[in-house]
This record gives sequence, C-alpha cells and structure tokens, in this order.
Amino acid sequence: MSEKQKKATAYWKENVRYLFILLAIWFAVSFGAGIIFKDALNNIKIGGFKLGFWFAQQGSIYVFVVLIFVYVRLMNKLDKKYGYNE
Amino acid sequence: MSVQVWTYLLVGITFTLYIGIAIWSRAGSTKEFYVAGGGVSPLANGMATAADWMSAASFISMAGIIAFAGYDGSVYLMGWTGGYVLLALLLAPYLRKFGKFTVPDFIGDRYYSNTARMVAVFCALIVSFTYVAGQMRGVGVVFSRFLQVDINTGVIIGMIIVLFYAVLGGMKGITYTQVAQYCVLIFAFMVPAIFISFQMTGNPVPQLGMGSTLNDGSGTFLMDRLNGLSTELGFAEYTDGTKSVIDVFAITLALMVGTAGLPHVIVRFFTVKRVKDARKSAGLALLLIAILYTTAPAVSVFAKINLIDTVSNEEYSLMPAWFKNWEETGLLTFDDKNKDGIIQYVADKDRNELTVDNDIMVLANPEIANLPAWVIALVAAGGLAAALSTAAGLLLVISASVSHDLIKKVFKPNISEKGELWAARGAATVAVVIAGYFGIHPPGFVAAVVALAFGLAAASFFPAIVLGIFYKKMNKEGAIGGMIVGISLMLFYMAKFKLGWLGEIPDKSEWWFGISPEGFGTVAMIVNFVVALVINRFTPEPPEEVQEIVENIRIPSGAGEAVDH
Repeated sequence: MSEKQKKATAYWKENVRYLFILLAIWFAVSFGAGIIFKDALNNIKIGGFKLGFWFAQQGSIYVFVVLIFVYVRLMNKLDKKYGYNE
Repeated sequence: MSVQVWTYLLVGITFTLYIGIAIWSRAGSTKEFYVAGGGVSPLANGMATAADWMSAASFISMAGIIAFAGYDGSVYLMGWTGGYVLLALLLAPYLRKFGKFTVPDFIGDRYYSNTARMVAVFCALIVSFTYVAGQMRGVGVVFSRFLQVDINTGVIIGMIIVLFYAVLGGMKGITYTQVAQYCVLIFAFMVPAIFISFQMTGNPVPQLGMGSTLNDGSGTFLMDRLNGLSTELGFAEYTDGTKSVIDVFAITLALMVGTAGLPHVIVRFFTVKRVKDARKSAGLALLLIAILYTTAPAVSVFAKINLIDTVSNEEYSLMPAWFKNWEETGLLTFDDKNKDGIIQYVADKDRNELTVDNDIMVLANPEIANLPAWVIALVAAGGLAAALSTAAGLLLVISASVSHDLIKKVFKPNISEKGELWAARGAATVAVVIAGYFGIHPPGFVAAVVALAFGLAAASFFPAIVLGIFYKKMNKEGAIGGMIVGISLMLFYMAKFKLGWLGEIPDKSEWWFGISPEGFGTVAMIVNFVVALVINRFTPEPPEEVQEIVENIRIPSGAGEAVDH
C-alpha cells in the first residue's frame, strides 16, 4: 500500500470511529431517553417538565444541534492532522 | 389598521421582495440553474436549507398536530430534526465531494448504470410530487382565510409567484429567495410565540415558558394544568400519548432517515464550495430549524390550554369573533348535540360537540390570545413563505430530474448547454402546472401521502446512498434490487393499510409488527439494506474505477466545484 493510501485509510478509520460515538449519543437521547426509557425518566421532574417528555420534545433537538457542531470541529481538526484541509 | 389591510400589506411587501430577488439572481447557465454556481456561503445555504425544509406542514400544521397528539407528536419533532444528524454525518460531506448536480446523478455514476439512474429518478419524482401538491394546497388555505379569496384563486396566485422565481432563477434564484423566506417565516413564528409565552407565564422565551408556572398566581405548572384539563375531559394525559413504543420508534426512525434521503434537501449541499462548508452548513441549517422546532411544542401547549379555557363549557353565543371566522372556513365546527347552547369539548365522540382542525392552532393562535392585528397578518405571510420556499425547492428537483437525469444523461446526451437550460425551465413550468392542478383538485390521498413521502425516501434512497459511500464493494445489482424491493414494499403497505386500494383498509391489529404505515418506512428500509447486501454477495464486484471513486469521495480535499461531465 502506498504512503498516500495508508494515510487515506487511517483518516477514514478515525472518521468512522467519530461517527460511531456521535451516532451512539444521537440514538441515546432520542430513541433511548425520548422513547424507550421515557416512562422511567418521567418520574423525574425538572421545573414543569417530566424528563422523558422533555427529551422527546426539547432535549434531543438541542443535543442534535450540538452533535453536528462537535462533528464539524472534530473533522476540521482531523482534516488538518492529515493535511486534507483547504 | 384592520387585520385584512395588514395582511395585504405584509404579503404584498414579501412577495415584491421575492420577485425582486429572483430578477436580481436569475440563472444564466445550467450550473447556476442546478446548484447556484456552487459558491453559496455556508450561512446562506443553512438558511436556504432551513426554509426549503420547513414546509407548510412545519409552520402551519405541526404545532396543531402536537397540541392534539401530546407526547405522540414527539415523533415529528425528533424525526424531522434528528435526520439532519444523519445527513451531516453520513451523506452531505461525501455527496458534496462527489460533486454532481442531483441525487440520481450520484446513484447513476456510483452504480455505473443507467438503470440505477432511472430507478432513482422515478423515486425522486414520486417523493417530490406527493410533497409539492400539499404545499400548493397550503398556499391556497392561507390565501382563502386571510385574504378572503377563493382557495383556487389562492393556489393560482401561488403558482404564478413560484413559476416566476423558480423558472427564471433556478437554484440560484431559489437559494436567495429562500434566505429571505427563512427570515420572514421564523420572525412570523416567533413573534406570536413570545407574546403568548409572556402573557401566560411571564417568561418571554417559549422553550422555558412551557416548563414554567402559570401567570395567574396559582403557582401551577403549565404542563400539570394541561395534563389535568386533558384527563378531566377524558383524553389521555398530554405527556403520555396513546401510540405503542415500537410504533413511536418506527415512525421516528422513518422520518429521520426519510429526511436525510429527501432529494430536495440533499441537493442543497451541492451548492456550497468545499466539503467543510457542507458539514458546517448542515449544522447551521439544523440550528435555524431547531429555533422553530423547539418553539412549536411550546406553542402547542399554550394554544391547547387557551383553547380549552376559551371554549370548554362556555356558551356558544358568547364566543369571540375568531370562533365565527374559523367556522366559516369549515376548519372549526360546532354541533350542539344536547341543544343546551353550551360547548362540550370532550374525548367521548358521542358527546363531543366541537371539531377543531389541526391547522387552526397556529393560524388562529394570535387571535385566540388577543394579539394585535399586525401579528395576525404576520402569521399569514410566514405561512406563505414556508409553503412557497418548499414548493420551489421541490420543483427544482423535479425539473432537474427531467432535464438533467433523463434528457441529458439518458435520452439526448449531446444536448447543448442552452438547450438543457430551456429543458429545465420547461420541465419546471410543467411541474408547477401539475402541482397547481393537484392543489386545486386535491386527490383524497394527497394529505395521507405527504406523510408517507418520508417512508418512500427512507425505503429507496437512504440505503443506496449510505452503502455507496460506506461500502466500497457495493455493486449495481444489489443497489438496484434493494431500491426496487424497498420502494415497492412501502408502496404496497401504503396501498393496503393507508389508501385502501387493495380492498377495505384492515384494522390496526393487522399491522405488521404493530407498525403503522407512517412508520413502515423503517421496515422497508431494513429490507432494502438486507436485499441489497444479499444480492451483492452473489453478483460481481463493482469495477476498479468505481471503487476508486468511493475512496476518493471519502477524502475531503479537492472537491472543486460541482462539475458537469
């Protein structure tokens, strides 16, 4: 494998690792907290919100936004590390 | 000034603005027509994507649907925002690097096959047409209520406006009008929400107001009050819902994946300069969308409490003016079953006397809360901006599918640049006329099908694109097989369980795995993946040069601009 290809493979591996971590969080806040564990979380109240309901209608959306911006930062750094930035 | 004068004024100003932008940014080349020249800034693209994405359904209907569905409405909130995470992480950067004009372009080239391209065009057309018809209808409804014109006249006015800037400006014109439309619609949505939140809770931020206590000195939380009112009238608790966990799960996933697979959203990421910009603009788009999407459930809570407080067990003769206005449109009906002149609004169908259409909750909300006339007019302008921006984006996908994917790539490869541009304009015109026709004569199935467009997108595009990027050895046989089986299965399930085209619609208890037609896209998507991978196993690998393309799109640098080829 050429040097160039090795670099590309290593970059791709790190990228996929980030995707797994970020998508695990994506799944946990929406399908986990907002749907599967909603009833259990609803026993906890924050202000007027039951927690499970809050995740389903508010919290998951905030986390989604943060996730994409974290991804943007991670990838910009990764691009720099491998010299793919432009 | 009266509401009507304000409405004419605001709608007139915004329409003039859109037309002005269209003239200023008209397209001169096919590249400008399809991808706005490829040099749109991430912020402008984020705003345009947000407006493109938020349709009449998001602006007018969603808060109302949630108000009546309570927790069950969460599927739309999570589904229509969570899809952007998939889009940003799994699709947008790679498709931008690939650098073509349309989604079928990607499918056709990646799977080295015109059959794959045609299947993708077919899926894109089905998804876009079902969706656009709903938008034109939305335009008609807003016009008829706020400007007292006939719904059909409203649809025709909407058609002319969209025709003007989509046909003239192409993607370039659409992008910059969508930027303006985002500003109009978000302002129009937020102003009444902030007013009402402050009125009811003393907190001007609706997202926080929703979790606060009522302003009436009782110290009761809004959510508790609403749960109390709901159970009192015999409904399920607002925070509980009635759908099964598996169905909520399936619908949410289908909407997310469908969002990520919608061609008119994906194509927006071809318009930015670099891969880096594509990622960033997906983040900005979701941020801008989230402003509305986190406000909507608050509006639902405010509106529902206000509605119940105003009408429940009150005398019909004492109802405020908005009640009569909406009765005239038929979106609100009162049937005094026990002839006592008092409105009974209860869960029990035999005793319930009030039927409220979902759409009223946003459109009438400012009137119910007694807000000033200009705020009410603003909502009309916002609803129109939302419907028009989405309609324009969809029309562009339809026109590009015909002029680029079919004419240029399949039937007449040597067509000149100028010829293709005219073909694109012609296709857009025909598409507007068809969409308008469906707006004026809505087939009964349009409303039902719009919700299912996501299932169709999930069942067809998403697996083919994801596998095309993340699985180098994915071949054309697998991808084509997966798409055909996926979309056919989805269409079959819709026809059987939603549209009743195959005999009487079976009872809910016969749903496969207990999953509703809205959530079935999830199942069809999984089947698509499985079929694709199994066929792939027994058919030849893709050629070396295709595998090289895949390696190349995984590296962000050197995206250049979207090129014709």
